[in-house]
Amino acid sequence: MRPLSLRRNVGQIIVQTMNLLDDILIHIEGLTFTRNDRDIFRDLSMQIPRGKVTAIMGPSGTGKTTLLKLIGGQLRPDAGSVIIDGQNVPRLGRSELFYLRERMGMLFQSGALFTDMSVFDNVAFPLRVHTQLPEQMVRDLVLIKLQSVGLRGAENLMPSELSGGMARRVALARAIALDPDLMMYDEPFTGQDPIAMGVLVKLIKSLNAFLAHTSIIVSHDIQETLSIADYIYLVADAKVLAHGTPEHLLGDELPQVKQFMQGLPDGPVPFHYPAADYLDSLMSTDVRR
Amino acid sequence: MINMIAALGRSALASVMEMGRSGIFLYHSLVALPAPRTNFPLLIRQLYSVGVQSMMIIIVSGLFIGMVISLQGYTILVDYGSEQAVGQMVALSLVRELSPVVTALLFAGRAGSALTAEIGLMKATEQLAGMEMIGVDPLRRIVAPRFWAGFISLPLLSMIFSVVGVWGGMLVGVEWLGIYEGSFWANMQASVDFGEDVLNGIIKAIVFGFVVTWIAVFQGYDCTPTSEGISKATTRTVVYSSLAVLGLDFLLTALMFGDL
Repeated sequence: MRPLSLRRNVGQIIVQTMNLLDDILIHIEGLTFTRNDRDIFRDLSMQIPRGKVTAIMGPSGTGKTTLLKLIGGQLRPDAGSVIIDGQNVPRLGRSELFYLRERMGMLFQSGALFTDMSVFDNVAFPLRVHTQLPEQMVRDLVLIKLQSVGLRGAENLMPSELSGGMARRVALARAIALDPDLMMYDEPFTGQDPIAMGVLVKLIKSLNAFLAHTSIIVSHDIQETLSIADYIYLVADAKVLAHGTPEHLLGDELPQVKQFMQGLPDGPVPFHYPAADYLDSLMSTDVRR
Repeated sequence: MINMIAALGRSALASVMEMGRSGIFLYHSLVALPAPRTNFPLLIRQLYSVGVQSMMIIIVSGLFIGMVISLQGYTILVDYGSEQAVGQMVALSLVRELSPVVTALLFAGRAGSALTAEIGLMKATEQLAGMEMIGVDPLRRIVAPRFWAGFISLPLLSMIFSVVGVWGGMLVGVEWLGIYEGSFWANMQASVDFGEDVLNGIIKAIVFGFVVTWIAVFQGYDCTPTSEGISKATTRTVVYSSLAVLGLDFLLTALMFGDL
């Protein structure tokens, strides 16, 4: 048994070393995902570079959060592949998927803090579950993570006692507790005041630099995202509309790209939801029941 | 007409799919034994929340139901001069039928609905998704301890219901209505068989514990993550559990006591 397991371990090390040589951490190929007979993604392909901050942007309802869920294996696509470091996520078994997720961190839009645990226990949770570290070391690590998001003094508070911005920073501390290779941020700036937004921008930037991990940010806050992203994918109409560096996309002449990047209210993406003629609707005698 | 048949088919397909999902859900929750070091404290906490905190309603209900059976039994049996058999009547109706059934119905209303609402709210606030992304399976961490706690608690609560009910029957029959205490207990002892009556009652409670808790945790996990979705799931838990308990009770009674 021993030589076999040794050979397998050596094999795994070789595969992981070869993967590290690949500049691309995530390969998404021909991804198709349908919900309620509506195509969310149709033959979508993208590549997420290792060690960089990649932003996935697009108008509301284009499936940006769904894409993060597909990368994290919370949803399975109808077709296509999501390959992270050589592992095809949709084909992984349940236990393999949970093992892979130990290398990922995700900041949810709502924070998703466990409401029955204090701030300290929330951040300690991944460390206690996935490591055999003594409690003293867990405590030190939790304090380091909380210090990095500026909330060491809030360790004894419960999630219900935190403001929205604080909750998101605690969630960020929890997401980086295990120093993940991949961090995913789902709309990190939504609903934040300008100060909290500035703090989050600075945190994401500095964490990516210090922890040397790969970051994916899903957002439609253009200014904040452009200030930290190395590469941007613009998603609309179930496909990638454009991609490139922030400078490249700002200069893109495609009407849809221009409308989104400049925040124009009307254009190829209409302001109004499809409806009958306005005057006809007003003159109609139909009473809605 | 065609639309009606199509709607009927869709509804049937949805029901079959829901049953399939609940089966897979149960399999994933219970397929691997939970890690004792981490999950035993979670199980203890759930036993407290699901079992111990349901005890008060079970004790009070058991007491009153025992008292009512004793009173009703006395008014009927005294006409035939058989009031000494009240003890036997109280004990048999409790251990065979009322304890497992009423305990399961009360458990579905008190603990089952709470389990559904708790898990549903965790889903709505993305706590379950957050746990998944940390690499922890919520089926094992959240669902399994709650399932086992319900499964273990219900038979114990049913036994407590029986004991308190018999005591309530004794209070009314012996202390209030003046039945001779020796006859009350002796008749009960002579007529209640451990294997046929007590054990069968416990088996019923075990089956109800399995079904009610399964329905409660599945409805919470499978609910639409909105306030309306959680409300509907909680209602479904109570309705489905009550119907399942009453239906299964008839089936089990027919198998155990029906001499079929």
